[in-house]
Order: sequence, then C-alpha cells, then structure tokens
Amino acid sequence: MSTTRASNAELPLQQYENIVIRFAGDSGDGMQITGNQFTHTAAVIGNDLATFPDFPAEIRAPAGTVPGVSGFQVRFSSSDIHTPGDQPDVLVAMNPAALAINVKDLKTGGIVIVNTGQFGERDLAKAGLASNPLTDGSLKAFRVIEIDINQRVKEALTGSPLTPKEVQRCKNFYTLGLMYWLYNRPLENTIKWLGEKFASKPDLRDANTKALQAGFNAGDIQELFQGRFEVAPCASMPKGTYRNIMGNEALAMGLVAGAELAGVPLFCGSYPITPASGILEQLASYKNYGVLTFQAEDEIAAICAAIGASYTGHLGMTSTSGPGMALKSEAMGLAVSLELPLVIVDVQRGGPSTGLPTKTEQADLLQAIFGRNSEAPIPVLACSMPSDAFDCAIEAVRIAVQYMTPVILLSDGYIANGSEPWRLPKIEDLPRFPAKFLTKVPEGGFMPYARDDKRARPWVKPGTPELEHRIGGIEKSHLTGNINYDPLNHEFMVRMRNDKVMGVRDTIPTPKPKGPDSGDLLVLGWGSTAGSIASAVEVVQARGRKVAAMHLRHVWPLPKGLDAIFARYRAILVPEMNLGQMARILRSEYGGVNFVSYPKVQGQPFFTAELVTKIEELLETKR
Amino acid sequence: MTLDNAPLTKKDLKSDQDVRWCPGCGDYAILNSVQGIMAGLGIPRHQMLFVSGIGCSSRFPYYMNTYGLHSIHGRAPAFATGIKTANPELSVWMVTGDGDGLSIGGNHFAHILRRNVDVKILLFNNEVYGLTKGQFSPTSPQGMKTKTSPMGSVERPMNPVSFALGCGASFVARTIDTHQKHMEQTLLAAAHHKGAALVEIYQNCVIFNDGFIEGVAEKSVRDEKTIDLRPGEPLVFGKARDKGLKMAGWEPAIVEAAQADTWKADHASPGPAFAMAQLQNQAGMPRPIGIFRSVAAPLFDQGMNEQVQKSIAKKGRGSLKDLVYSGEMWTVG
Ligand SMILES: Cc1ncc(C[n+]2csc(CCOP(=O)(O)OP(=O)(O)O)c2C)c(N)n1
Ligand code: SF4
Ligand SMILES: [Mg+2]
Repeated sequence: MSTTRASNAELPLQQYENIVIRFAGDSGDGMQITGNQFTHTAAVIGNDLATFPDFPAEIRAPAGTVPGVSGFQVRFSSSDIHTPGDQPDVLVAMNPAALAINVKDLKTGGIVIVNTGQFGERDLAKAGLASNPLTDGSLKAFRVIEIDINQRVKEALTGSPLTPKEVQRCKNFYTLGLMYWLYNRPLENTIKWLGEKFASKPDLRDANTKALQAGFNAGDIQELFQGRFEVAPCASMPKGTYRNIMGNEALAMGLVAGAELAGVPLFCGSYPITPASGILEQLASYKNYGVLTFQAEDEIAAICAAIGASYTGHLGMTSTSGPGMALKSEAMGLAVSLELPLVIVDVQRGGPSTGLPTKTEQADLLQAIFGRNSEAPIPVLACSMPSDAFDCAIEAVRIAVQYMTPVILLSDGYIANGSEPWRLPKIEDLPRFPAKFLTKVPEGGFMPYARDDKRARPWVKPGTPELEHRIGGIEKSHLTGNINYDPLNHEFMVRMRNDKVMGVRDTIPTPKPKGPDSGDLLVLGWGSTAGSIASAVEVVQARGRKVAAMHLRHVWPLPKGLDAIFARYRAILVPEMNLGQMARILRSEYGGVNFVSYPKVQGQPFFTAELVTKIEELLETKR
Repeated sequence: MTLDNAPLTKKDLKSDQDVRWCPGCGDYAILNSVQGIMAGLGIPRHQMLFVSGIGCSSRFPYYMNTYGLHSIHGRAPAFATGIKTANPELSVWMVTGDGDGLSIGGNHFAHILRRNVDVKILLFNNEVYGLTKGQFSPTSPQGMKTKTSPMGSVERPMNPVSFALGCGASFVARTIDTHQKHMEQTLLAAAHHKGAALVEIYQNCVIFNDGFIEGVAEKSVRDEKTIDLRPGEPLVFGKARDKGLKMAGWEPAIVEAAQADTWKADHASPGPAFAMAQLQNQAGMPRPIGIFRSVAAPLFDQGMNEQVQKSIAKKGRGSLKDLVYSGEMWTVG
C-alpha cells in the first residue's frame, strides 16, 4: 500500500444530497454500535436521517457464516427524508459472508469497503464461497476499497495492554474512523461516548479511541479514496430541539408521558420477546418516574398483573409481539368485560409461530382487531415512525383512560429498532386528560356499571370507603354490575361495549390526504409503511401525477369521514406488509370503493422504488 | 393499614348476592369462617380485596362485601401480584381450586409463592373439577373413576403442600372445611403471616366427590387419623393424645406421646415440613394438618416499591420535561 501523503485539503470534497451506508459484519463485530455512533454524529451535525438495523435471530451464529451477519443501514441527508433508503451507496463488509449477502443490494457504481484481513481461504469457506469475490471479477460494478483492518488495528494498538483478541475487537472503531474521514465528520461525539461507556475500563476506552483516530488518519495519509464526500446539514428541518430516537424508546417514553398526563402511575407487566423487549428494558430504567415494571413468568401473567394494577388505579400496560399476543387474548377479553383502562403493545414481527423474530411484518392487524372469543371490541392504533410511537402511546393512554377500555397499540420491528431525529415537543403542548376517580357515593347510589357521556363506567380505587364492589368476567347487569344471565341484558351489554368502542370516533380526527384533494389515486397506509409511501408519492407527484398519500393512525375504529375522502379518488392503493388485511377491512366497511391491495410479506419494509413502480403501473392502467 | 373505628361483624362482610353453591357444599363453611376471622382482623372492609380464578370455589369474591375480582381460569396469582404490587396497603386474599391453582394455573401458583408476594392464598381442594361437573383433577387419587376417566385415572396425584414447599413458600398450612375451630386458627395464622401464605383446605364436593376426605376428616376418626402441626408443641395425636411422631433417621416414626418431637415450622431447611407432607403416602401414618412452614422472607411487593422509592431518592422524581429532554440533544434554528 502506498504511503504517499495527500493532505486533507488537496482531496476534492464532493457534495451529496444524501448517502446511504450499510455496515455489515459478523454479529460479534460490533456493527450495531458502529452504525449507532455514525448515526449520532450525523444527528448532531444536523442531517435528517433514518436507520434500519437488520440483525440475525441467533445471538452469535458461528463466526464468519452467513446466518451470523449483522447489518446496520443509515441514511443521512441534507433534505427531508422518510426512509432509510432502498439501496446503499456504500457497503462496509467486515468479512466474506457480510459481503456476499449484502453486495446485491448495493447501487451500481457504489463503494465497497472490504476488510481483507478476514478474506483467507477459511473465511471464504465459512461464508460458503467457492471463489474469492475480490479476484473473481464479481465486484466489477463497484468501486472496491481493500484494506486489511485486522492488521491496521494491530499496528495502531502496538503497546496497548489489551490481549490480541481484545485488540481485534476494536476493529469496528477503526472502521468508523475511516467512515468519519470519508464523510468529513467530527470524532468528538464518539470520543465522548467512549469515555462514558468505558469510564471504569480506561484501557478499552483508550484503545477504541486510538483505533478510531487511526482509522480517521488512514483516510488522510493513505490514498485509499479519490476524494471525500459531504452531506450538508438539512436546512429544511423545522426549528427546535432534537434528539435521535428509536421506536421502542419513543414508545416507552410515550407510555410514561401518557400516564403522567393522565395523572396515574404506570405499571408495566411484560415478558421478554423480540422485538418488544426494549420497551420493558426502557421502562425498567424509569423507576424514578414512579414506574413499576414486573417481568412476569409468561405473557399471560404479564397482562393479568397489568389488569390487576389497573383495577387499583394504576395505568396497567403490557408489551409483547405476535406469539405473546396470542397468549394474552383470553385476558384481553376479561379487560373488555371489566372495562378497565389497559394498553397492550404489540411490536409485530414475521410469523406465524416463531416466524422471523428479528424481521418486520404487519400481519397481526386482524388478530388485534378481531382476535378474541366472542364480541370483544378493542380500539387499535398503529405507529408510523419511531418518533410517532411517542405520540401514539400518549393517544393510546388517553383512549384507555377516557373510555375505560383496553387499547392495542401496534408497532413493528422496523419501527422498534429504526431511529430518526425527533423534534422534541413542548411540554405545555402535550394533551392532558386527567383520570377521574370516583371517591364517594354519588347521589342516587353507587353503580359500578353506570356510564358517562363516553359510555365509560366509573373508575374506583380499592381502598375507597363505601365503594366496595366486585367485578369479573361473568356477564354483568347494566348499572349494578351484578352477575346476570338474562338474554336481553346480555345483548344490551354486548351492544353497549361495542358502541362505547365505536364512540372513540367522536374524539379522533379525520386524516387528511397529502397532495391533490381528488384525483386518480390515493395511496393509503397504516403503520410503518408511512415513510415508504410518503417517499414514493413525493417522487410520483414530482413527475406531475395526481396522486395523494394518506395515513391511518387509528385503525379501529376507523375515523369518521373516510367515505367522503375515498369518493374523490378513482382508486385507493393499500400497500401493507401482510396479505392485504387492511384492504379486507376497508372493503367490508366501504362498499363500492376501488381498493387495490399491494401486499409484501418478506420481513422487509417496502422500497420506495417498488412503490413508485406500482403506483405508475396503476396510473397507466387507469388511463 | 388504617384501623377503622367501628369494629366489623361477620354480617358486615356478607355481600347482597345470593350464594349459589350446591346445598351442603364445603364452600359454605369456608366462607363462614373467612368472614368470621376477617371481621376480627382490625382491617377496614374497603382495604380488603379478594381475587379468584374460575371454578365453584372461585365464585367466592362475589359473596364478600369487600373489593373483589373474579378473573380467568388459573391466573388469579398474576392478578393478585399486580394488585398487591400496585397497592401494598390492601389486604389481598386469593381463592383458587385444585384445578384452577394446580393444573391451568400451576405456573402462576409456583411464581407467587416463590416471589413471596404478600397475599393470603386459599386453595379449596375437593380433588375434582366441580364447576365443569366432575372430571378428575391434578389432586385426584390414582384410579378415580370420572366421566373422563371411566377406567380410573392413570395419573399420580400431586400434593399441594409439597409443591408449595418446593416453590420456597414462606407459609404453608392445611386445614379441613368441617373442622371450624382448626380452620379459623389456621386462617388467622395465615392472615398474620407477612408474605405469601398458602392454606390448603380440604373441601367436600357433595355432588362429584362426596366424602372423599371422610376417612381422615370425619369427626369420629379425625383425632386418630390426623395430626395437627402446631409450632412449638409436641407432635402428638390420637383420641387419647397418646401417640406421637419422632424423626428416626430420615423418616418420622410413630412413638409414645412422651417421646414425640416438638414441631418447628421454621427450620432452616424445609426438609422436615416436606417429610410431614409426604406422610400421607405411608400406610398407618396420620394425615398432617396445621402449619407445615412459617418463615420470614423478603416481600416482593415491598421490594418492588422500595426500588422505586430508592430511585426517586437518588435521581429525584422525574418530570415530563426530564423524560422528553434527555439523551444527546441538538438545536436547529
Ligand atoms: C380457559 C378455560 N378453560 C377451561 C375452563 C373450564 N373450567 C372452569 S372451572 C374448571 C375446573 C375447576 O376446578 P377447580 O379449580 O378444582 O374448582 P372447583 O370447581 O372444584 O372449585 C374448568 C376446567 C375455563 N373456564 N376456562
Ligand atoms: S359442584 Fe361441588 S364444589 Fe361445586 S358447588 Fe356443588 S358441591 Fe360445591
Ligand atoms: Mg376442585
């Protein structure tokens, strides 16, 4: 390798609107940390950004193998973006397996940075490769940068007290340094982070910091690249205070905020499951907000404990993913019958059964709306973006408390682990909906199943004198709540519970289409397809097409006024990561509307490009 | 717990709902005893809360004029755990059956005991599924003929006391529905125990398993066939209180009353309690009732709330502003 010096200033600095980098390596290579650090620095610089981590279900599949590859995609931009990008501009491949499975996604002409220190014959064999992609011509379409990161890290850390194995674990920071150089990013943030993370392990702190700097300097002193790239801060970001946020984090914060805005303590009963565990973990760190977190023995106990807590006047909530939802369904029915507030979070993943635990899907929609025995209506909401999870969680708590009902909040793997900059709301702008507890016998006597204008029954904390009452899953008499098997009372109560839930429509807004008010096509999304739909529709609109996008936050009951909106478009395209579950609901609710289902069930979000193609194809056939 | 000024009577604890157990069901006697002892606990009615699962026995909360939650089959321990953790001020009682607590709810039953949640647990053991009309249960004896076991059940029964001891329960006792005095003193001991307190109550099901426990519990044979485990008192039994139990090597043996060991429910090991629980499998041995185990152990509900308090003391009570304006932030404009 040449050691000719080329100073920073001599190399051209090319401006880009946005860049997509994918870091890929073995699960043990620290690619998630690398990606997160790059993201944080981009955020602090002021780029708009979106991330998409993609990791294997196994914690450490055999090193160097294809199942062991862990990836992290980050897109940073000087303009407003909604997705982490379809195709990477740059791929960082720490081993042959990472190269083999990721290179097919790379843009033609894109850059591949390859760690040649991990490209021996055994490494190739572990990745199941018959020939070496570095020499067999298969990478012709890309600009390949070869660098022996193993060796470089070793050299950079000579004299370090770390063992050779520990030294090799600093490879990811060397790589990060190199990428910081390539994109003209400052090192300070990461150096500070290392200082905090390894405060009690100064040797690790020093070694990783040194590796980071060595990687950065390597860009400077070695002619690896022809130039450097720059992505300017995003000027269109609205004024405000920002932080980067992951979906699970935002959702947990929203629940704490929601409980606070309702004026009741939060109780989380949960059982670990990918990709929902992060919510329980995050809430466990919020004890100083009065949050109680109960890691139950299973998902059933988790929801049951949460219902018990709600009975005492806490806001009970439980978080899980599809298999856990299945286990909770009997208890959800009880919550419907008890008419107590409760929030059930389902972070959807690929299924059925264990399915694709670390991949995303939206196929629990029908389960959420209808998946219980008998008539057991529950309002259902869905988050659209990582930061939207905060607002959705608050909204879920509002509905639960105001209507005395369980509420299901849907998220998915894509939102849970993805991140984006979040413009922090002003605290005084957050909605307030204080819970009203009944504290003494009202005039005319206490009726546990009397109802207010929202058809909600009174919430009474056990411990309140004179209001002792019993509740349970057996059908209840209207007003008194006593056991009642009368046929007409049963139908009355079934209708009452349903009317109450449908009544949520009175307090939710009608969504607005973005784009032309009428036209050929409305692209209707719910949940995490929002970003891909927004991006695709922007592309098609820029080409002069009369296409609008609309997003549903409340998926059950559906908001008022949708029929009037649907009537103004010739067709409604419904992309979703299932076999068309929302389309099925819409067809049954809005007869005569031309809904076109666009399903994708690959454990992967929609690419902007494939949506653009689908939209244009539809517009052609419409002509 | 706050003390009410006016002491409660048994009548104060009767709800206005008609009791719907079969005439002659052992559940009536248990309800009567529970109302009796609870009236005397000095706890106000509005601080009492009964939770149950599903089964004949689990209808119990409807008949108590206190707060109550009739939940779903087998899950009462989970509801009770949520309730007691969210509000440790409440006196929480749980009612379950042998099917509810030990088959569908066995998992939760194990965990409430292991965690030592401060809940009083009454397990009504009639060795049968009552509400679903008489199928064998996990405590039914081998060979029991029911509609689902016409040739006799093949299963070996489980022993609720042994199970609870194995879960690390801090209080384990057993009593009999027809033995009012013993039932009340056992319930009182459970009420005063700090922590999860399990009382197994032999309960007669007149319809589907009538007289199943008569062989040891019937008044005329009771003194000969049972032995009451009273901490601090000798292990004697018999109508004339002439026989006793003594550990001989690893096994209890029947000896003359004067040589009987003194019962201790708080041995470091649950071993002796376990030996007592297994006595019933040995021919000629009396069936132990009374208090098998009673030891002090940290309370789950208290521990959970202490962590919240500690965290608040250390970091200060978080506000909405602290919550949202956290992490690495930057400003635009
Ligand atoms: C999920 C579910 N499965 C089954 C049942 C039916 N079921 C109700 S009570 C019961 C058994 C109750 O037996 P036990 O706990 O011994 O109570 P007992 O009636 O004897 O007091 C069963 C199987 C149910 N209610 N719910
Ligand atoms: S079926 Fe048996 S347990 Fe149930 S109420 Fe009747 S007698 Fe009691
Ligand atoms: Mg039974």
